[in-house]
Amino acid sequence: MRKFVDLHLKPSWRDLEQVKSMVNKSAELGFRMVGLALPERIAVDEVNQLRNVCDDACVELATRVDLVPRSRHELLHGLRKLRRKFEIVSVFCASKVVARQAAKDRRVDLLSFPGGKYPRVFFDRAEAELASSAGASLEIDLQPLLLVNGFARIRLLSRLRREVALTRRLKVPLVLSSGATETRFLHKPQDFAFLGILFNLEFPFALEALSETPLGIVVRNRQKLSPGYVAPGVRVVGRQD
Amino acid sequence: MSHRVKRRYLAVEVDGNEPFRGEELRDVVWRAITQLFGEYGASQSGLALIQNGKQKSYCILRCSREALPMVRASIASITEIGEQSVTIHVLRVSGTLKALRRKTASAESK
Repeated sequence: MRKFVDLHLKPSWRDLEQVKSMVNKSAELGFRMVGLALPERIAVDEVNQLRNVCDDACVELATRVDLVPRSRHELLHGLRKLRRKFEIVSVFCASKVVARQAAKDRRVDLLSFPGGKYPRVFFDRAEAELASSAGASLEIDLQPLLLVNGFARIRLLSRLRREVALTRRLKVPLVLSSGATETRFLHKPQDFAFLGILFNLEFPFALEALSETPLGIVVRNRQKLSPGYVAPGVRVVGRQD
Repeated sequence: MSHRVKRRYLAVEVDGNEPFRGEELRDVVWRAITQLFGEYGASQSGLALIQNGKQKSYCILRCSREALPMVRASIASITEIGEQSVTIHVLRVSGTLKALRRKTASAESK
């Protein structure tokens, strides 16, 4: 049976009631793992508190940080500081320089791009080639699709269709997330997968983008963050004096 | 040669604060299909309201089998009925009403 993962829940993390209701709703809808976007300076106690909330709902927690760097230097600084602290590192690519650096850096897990009317940066062919060789995934949040209508939705769907076609052609992993800030934007994984047909993402691939792909990222990063990890395929199993 | 139209029955649940009428739900789904797929797409959907639930958060819709992905995408895109914020969840999909009612017996009795 598939294990569905929603890597991007965006409740106000200080409001524990809201976190609880969103995590419970996700569990009820069929998700078995959720990624909570946390602030960079969150304390270990606070993470443990959130982990308990998730445990009560029988959902696994994946800690995640959303970096919004303004320059290449800021991105590198953020990655150096935070990579070993969070299980998932996502970069919001607000400029081309940041987008290119994020796509070629192996420490970045997820790339997300701005919507808006006329975005200056978007997921183009060069970006996709870099992301494909570095193993970064493209993340598509579905909440903006539910919030807009009319011409804004037409533009958004057209952009997403182009991005999905590029990910398929250049074999960039794709992750679908809710990006939900409120409970009312949460749906069953199958319903999210059906939304994918609006931008030419076939149902089986959409299900993969909601389960195997995000789960694979979390499992890989948990291995890397474990104490015995040395390199891919190399682990310390014991020490001798 | 006769060609039987194959249909799908969807049990849907509306997650909102206030009760609603099944006709309102049907109209909002029609509107969503028309917005996303146009009048041509809507004409292929064969959407109909089959049954209102006893409690006003559950009902059964019918559509053609070929239009099922289109209808489900449209249902997932709905965030409001009138002025009220809602989320619509598809509980089950079945090829016959009998099987659908058997599978969703607990939700229907609510």
